[in-house]
Amino acid sequence: MRQVPLAEGLLVLPAALAQEKSSGDHTAVSGPHFFQIVSFKWDHVQEPYIIALWILVASLAKIVFHLSHKVTRVVPESALLIVLGLFLGGIVWAADHIASFTLTPNVFFFYLLPPIVLDAGYFMPNKLFFGNLGTILLYAVIGTVWNAATTGMSLYGVYLSGIMGQLDIGLLDFLLFGSLIAAVDPVAVLAVFEEVHVNEVLFIIVFGESLLNDAVTVVLYNVFDSFVAMGADNVTGVDCVKGIVSFFVVSLGGTFVGIVFAFLLSLVTRFTKHVRIIEPGFVFVISYLSYLTAEMLSLSAILAITFCGVCCQKYVKANICDQSSTTVRYTMKMLASGSETIIFMFLGISAVNPDIWTWNTAFILLTLVFISVYRVIGVVIQTWVLNHYRVVQLEIIDQVVMSYGGLRGAVAFALVALLDEKKVKEKNLFVSTTIIVVFFTVIFQGLTIKPLVHWLKVKRSEHREPKLNEKLHGRAFDHILSAVEDISGQIGHNYLRDKWSNFDRKILSKVLMRRSAQKSRDQILNIFHQLNLKDAISYVAEGERRGSLAFIRSSSTDNMVNVDFSTPRPSTVEASVSCLLREKASSVCLDMQALEQRRKSIRDTEDTVTHHTLQQYLYKPRQEHIHLYSRHEIIQNEDEKQDKEIFHRTMRKRLESFKSTKLGINQPKKLNKSHKRDRGQKRRNSNAIPNGKIPSENPVQDFTLKEKDVEFSDPEENYESLHMDKGVDFLANVTKQNCTDATSGIDNPAFSADDDQSIYMKFPPWLSDEDSVVPSQRARVQLPYSPNNFRRLTPFRLSNKSVDSFLLADGPEERPRAFLPETTHM
Amino acid sequence: MSVTLEQIEHLHRRFKQISGDQPTIRKESFDRIPDLEFNPIRSKIVRAFFDKRNLRQAPDGLADEINFEDFLTIMSYFRPIEMNMDEEQLDHFRKEKLKCETSQETPAQGSPVFEGGLHRHPAPPALSLIPYICILFHMYDSDNDGKITLQEYRKVVEELLSRNPHLEKESARSIADGAMMEAASICVGQMEPDQVYEGITFEDFLKMWQGIDIDTKMHVRFLNMEPIAHCH
Repeated sequence: MRQVPLAEGLLVLPAALAQEKSSGDHTAVSGPHFFQIVSFKWDHVQEPYIIALWILVASLAKIVFHLSHKVTRVVPESALLIVLGLFLGGIVWAADHIASFTLTPNVFFFYLLPPIVLDAGYFMPNKLFFGNLGTILLYAVIGTVWNAATTGMSLYGVYLSGIMGQLDIGLLDFLLFGSLIAAVDPVAVLAVFEEVHVNEVLFIIVFGESLLNDAVTVVLYNVFDSFVAMGADNVTGVDCVKGIVSFFVVSLGGTFVGIVFAFLLSLVTRFTKHVRIIEPGFVFVISYLSYLTAEMLSLSAILAITFCGVCCQKYVKANICDQSSTTVRYTMKMLASGSETIIFMFLGISAVNPDIWTWNTAFILLTLVFISVYRVIGVVIQTWVLNHYRVVQLEIIDQVVMSYGGLRGAVAFALVALLDEKKVKEKNLFVSTTIIVVFFTVIFQGLTIKPLVHWLKVKRSEHREPKLNEKLHGRAFDHILSAVEDISGQIGHNYLRDKWSNFDRKILSKVLMRRSAQKSRDQILNIFHQLNLKDAISYVAEGERRGSLAFIRSSSTDNMVNVDFSTPRPSTVEASVSCLLREKASSVCLDMQALEQRRKSIRDTEDTVTHHTLQQYLYKPRQEHIHLYSRHEIIQNEDEKQDKEIFHRTMRKRLESFKSTKLGINQPKKLNKSHKRDRGQKRRNSNAIPNGKIPSENPVQDFTLKEKDVEFSDPEENYESLHMDKGVDFLANVTKQNCTDATSGIDNPAFSADDDQSIYMKFPPWLSDEDSVVPSQRARVQLPYSPNNFRRLTPFRLSNKSVDSFLLADGPEERPRAFLPETTHM
Repeated sequence: MSVTLEQIEHLHRRFKQISGDQPTIRKESFDRIPDLEFNPIRSKIVRAFFDKRNLRQAPDGLADEINFEDFLTIMSYFRPIEMNMDEEQLDHFRKEKLKCETSQETPAQGSPVFEGGLHRHPAPPALSLIPYICILFHMYDSDNDGKITLQEYRKVVEELLSRNPHLEKESARSIADGAMMEAASICVGQMEPDQVYEGITFEDFLKMWQGIDIDTKMHVRFLNMEPIAHCH
């Protein structure tokens, strides 16, 4: 009979029944009356399918662009994407002569814009942003109004002179057009400036302006839109006043909504300890809600989501665990970059639509001229005013870049597409002009801004490693400045910042931050932690590179405990290094909970890995036998059995280790449990260790031990035991290695005395004097890598003397602590 | 931009407020400024006002009390940077400074900071900041031996971090150690096994500031006299 696969049979049971007659034929059947094993349901999936395809195309295009460095270095990606869009649009048009894919305002404002703005807000360099807030606000508010007014007026003036021919257009339409074309676009600015790398101040001013002018744009646009709808004759003075009031409502309201949601978000993330997996979701959902709420209340949505990101970042980054933090970071970047790609591509595609094109040379050219000229004039005037108040003057060069960086983009396009054709008669002219303006600014200015920046020798931003000294001095400096302001008795920026940080520390952080996060939330600590991390990672990586893989492997999971890798396997060390390097700033989560959890998970993996070995190598203590097994079987000749077991195990272990020494293979860690158990007892006995035959100390081993010692001295938290376990684990290995190496000189390890081994086993070196550490033979050859690039660790590893010189003041007992503090574990 | 008469008048009023209408200020007078109370490095800052090195009186020692002129001298460190200070002059100034730091000579006559010319050359940031860096260095180098030793550094870091109640001294100390190590690696490079890095000299200190684009971080004028003084 026919064979209907079960699942399909269930799904299309009625169809299957109807199809009784045409049994056996699986493929050729079509039509509603027959059961189909395979059917082609394009209509069903069409919409999401097309969307997914476009996204894929855009992403693939990005790959292709970046295949050639030459191209991307010269041409900004946004320009390439627009050209690609034009090209694709052409193909689509040639295929079915309908412009079926355009950038609709709805999609743009609801789905494409929020990720970009959220990304901008969430990763906003706060100090820089608030430091320049005054400047940014001036440009954003006054500058945008100025641009809108002058552009609209001038176009109207020219129109009156008759150059543009006959248009069905009034002053208000011109002002409406001016208001939508005036605003600098955050998407375009980000896309272009990210590749140019101008200095931070310049960037934040241009970019901040483009973000914050949204409120102005929205208000101007709405005001003029409704004025146009009302008709020029009906506009009264009251309406104008209303317009001005609405500006404050829209901008402050938007900001307020953003701050409220930021507060909410921070508060929520404080309690996500047990639902780590959805933690990142909160960040996105709540920020998006702030956007929608503001939109709903017809406030400035961009301002809302920007400030939501700006305000919550500190607390959220402290609260969520660092896996979540990484997730948030990458998801946000991915969404933002994806949106940006799609926006530019669709800008290109949207342009291929003859229906919207209305050419009016005078209007288009004059618009281009006016927006450029008035931008320059506006910038020069405002900068002149600002320079009276700024410490860091904005030089002529900066002004050039600022004027030139006034890129228009998708926001303008979306706004112009929103216009109602019935009310604004010349909508198509506006649309085509906007497209030309956007293309001109993104492609032409985007292309030329890089050479311009080079040619003008604009101060560039440099990517620098965070330096501890820099941070410390910077901090000291901030305090000095605010003190000087206090002393000279004025309320300046530093004064305000000082007050704010006091308030933040005393109240806000207490409410919004997890208690464990409050503890470690200090930038200096963060940097310190990061640097330590980096050093440790490069230390491991260097070890791996130098070929002493055994060392790495033997200490695999322990390294992770020290170093706090986010990846659980040593084989991915490289990846995490590059990850770390890429992430560059802040956001290393110092959350106790997270670490504890990770430790647990590491332990789990480790447990599975070592389970086998433990089974093999550990003979179970008698008590456990009693517990676990039925007494009756074991009680007889228990002693004998155990002795035998001990003998066998020891022999096997020896043979194994001997083999591995020869082969350079290291066994998984063993004995950790017993070490842990016996720790207390051993500590008591540790003085009794004979260290006569032990070679002199080795800096590397020394170093490791110190690190461990610190862990032991770590007085904190209840995961100490876990911690210890790790430390013991690792040291057990070191010990292990040491003794195997020590014995490896002997041809047949089985001949070596038993107690020899057991002494080492029993008394791990970290309990004894430092001098008693046995460097493995391999270690003596390979391990003391002291690569030149480890700046912080170098003195320790290279010379104990120079270390001493640092630390002499505290006496030798301080030495271990001085190196790796507990902060590493926080 | 130099200190205007108006600004001096303002500072004088402020001076009298702090001193309680006395001709001189003593250390205790600074207690009258309530806002200063929360500053973690308060004592160091106050001390800087009495440091004879900063006052350009002597290469060493602390003054017991300062008069208005001294007060102005200190405050003048924090004036907006002479952005138009000529590079040569800055270089000259730096040399002067180095000389006085390294060989313990008497500081240069007059005030080099005020000598800033009117030339329109934007100075490299590291150089234009030297007055501030000087003050900072003097603040760190409390025993005035021309070196910031580990001890001194630790103290400063401890104070800096003292506002965070959760941080223990241990971590502050290890941060200081880390920073010192970093300084050593920046200034000396690869250390020989038996080499000892005693402390950060002024020259090293400057080296560390190189490339730190601090004036972009200072987006406010230091002494903006426009706001009316708020009296306590």
